[in-house]
Amino acid sequence: MSATDLLRMSAAELGEAVRARETTAVEAAGAYLDRAADVESDVHAFLHLDRETALAQARAVDERIAAGEDPGPLAGVPVAHKDVFTTVDMPTTAASRILADWRPPYDATVTARLRQAGMVILGKTNMDEFAMGSSTENSAFGATRNPWDLTRIPGGSSGGSSAAVAAFEAPLATGTDTGGSIRQPAAVCGLVGAKPTYGGSSRYGLIAFASSLDTPGPIARSVLDAALLHEAFSGHDPHDSTSVDAPVPPVVEAARRADVAGLRVGVVRELGGEGYQPGVQQRFQEAVELLESLGAKVVEVSCPSFDAALAAYYLIAPSECSSNLARFDAMRYGLRVGDDGTRSAEEVMSLTRAEGFGPEVKRRIILGTYALSSGYYDAYYGSAQQVRTLIKRDFDAAFENVDVLVSPTTPTTAFPIGERTGDPMAMYLADLCTIPANLAGNAALSVPCGLAPEDGLPVGLQIMAPVLADDRTYRVGAAVEAALNERQGGPLLANSAYAV
Amino acid sequence: MSAITRDEVAHLARLSRLALHEDELDQLAAQLDEIISAVAKVQEVAQGDIPPTSHALPLTNVYRPDESLPGLTPDQALAGAPAVEDRRFRVPQILGEEQ
Repeated sequence: MSATDLLRMSAAELGEAVRARETTAVEAAGAYLDRAADVESDVHAFLHLDRETALAQARAVDERIAAGEDPGPLAGVPVAHKDVFTTVDMPTTAASRILADWRPPYDATVTARLRQAGMVILGKTNMDEFAMGSSTENSAFGATRNPWDLTRIPGGSSGGSSAAVAAFEAPLATGTDTGGSIRQPAAVCGLVGAKPTYGGSSRYGLIAFASSLDTPGPIARSVLDAALLHEAFSGHDPHDSTSVDAPVPPVVEAARRADVAGLRVGVVRELGGEGYQPGVQQRFQEAVELLESLGAKVVEVSCPSFDAALAAYYLIAPSECSSNLARFDAMRYGLRVGDDGTRSAEEVMSLTRAEGFGPEVKRRIILGTYALSSGYYDAYYGSAQQVRTLIKRDFDAAFENVDVLVSPTTPTTAFPIGERTGDPMAMYLADLCTIPANLAGNAALSVPCGLAPEDGLPVGLQIMAPVLADDRTYRVGAAVEAALNERQGGPLLANSAYAV
Repeated sequence: MSAITRDEVAHLARLSRLALHEDELDQLAAQLDEIISAVAKVQEVAQGDIPPTSHALPLTNVYRPDESLPGLTPDQALAGAPAVEDRRFRVPQILGEEQ
């Protein structure tokens, strides 16, 4: 099998070929590592890429299969792993100087499950520092570029993961989604990205940003591939006390079913209109009409509290981050600066944190400390938590009448690198449509729905479903994907400059 | 009126153990003022006796059986330490002269 054949295969096909002994994990990993060697200087999707460690994993998988073991449908399939998950055999930095070259002493649950499934971790992908950002420009180790247009951002915070998959440097990638950090990069790179129900995938070994929101999820070139990865690493984990003790929703079955006949679809009135790019609106509207033509019943739904979701998020997430990042104290691991024998622990701590954290992380720590201060707590953090209740109520009321809600995933297509770095509020607007699902904890997925006519860049359709009804998002996403592929004569990604 | 002053930012930086430069304080004060003015929108919406939600799912405390399980070895725990002495974390001075 040629390297190009291997790169073009879906993850599902590649896994089948490995199990059928038509190819091997080593051959597949080799093809992707060669591809990454060719394009990494353009894209910079990875922070750590180690051929020998990846090939050693691949050889071990081939030995397991040769010994008669069946690790599952993704055995031998390479995966790009977001650098926010701990890995014992590779550095884990969360794209921060404070963790540069840190080697964790244990594997995250998601990491361990990728290994159990026989997947080969090619390397660790770039991200916004501690997952705070929407463009991957907040990485301490340089920006990642969007394979559709190298002058534009790949989204964030999981932008290294989305760029790696879009540039065919990996068939699959992991991400984490706190306010849209999987769905937004997937949308702007023309990929599928899913935020599982909160607690549906384990946070153990995931470097914490905002613990009540952080959710690991898959990024893939197709809905079925995303479902396979979702199923591979999700499910109850006793190491995470917020992990849901319930079966993983039948996402793979739903992705194969791919029909929407009779399904009730609600269009969220508040997520659209003024401030949205015309081409995004147009492709979204066409996707809604497509769903109707496939037999879905479409109605408009109002969720008035969504208008305050962004404000609530930018109080809740920084508050949790200011508390979580207190663990970076220069004492037990990571960077230590200024320990010259004359300074106190507190001085060393303050110098280390000032040098080790980038501007956005500092901004959020200070903002969170402010929102949690006595005298301001009720007005800011307390009010934000009340808004969270209102958003949940809006979702609950909507899901009494519809099965899923839809919106554009992002207000605009990928913006130019550097455009918003000096204007934090403009950057925060990239998460406008994705944040409500994080605050309420329900399932959501982004699927490509065309290219915006004005710039030729991908547009994402967001599908939201109730808690633990993740399968509905895959069912609708797969139906849209199949209909659009048929209409366009192939996948959207074939139009990218870095398509293989 | 600004929502947050430069002095307040300097105080918050001390609480957060961040030794910020003067120019960082100037920049942050302006940016935080804009951000706080924007997020203050939550106060218009959240009124009355709406209960707060701290967490997406209604989970209560989760306990595991009280059994000892393997943990990190001392060598593993110390592997990433900035400084080690006698198989312990070596840290800068914590107490002052008079303490």
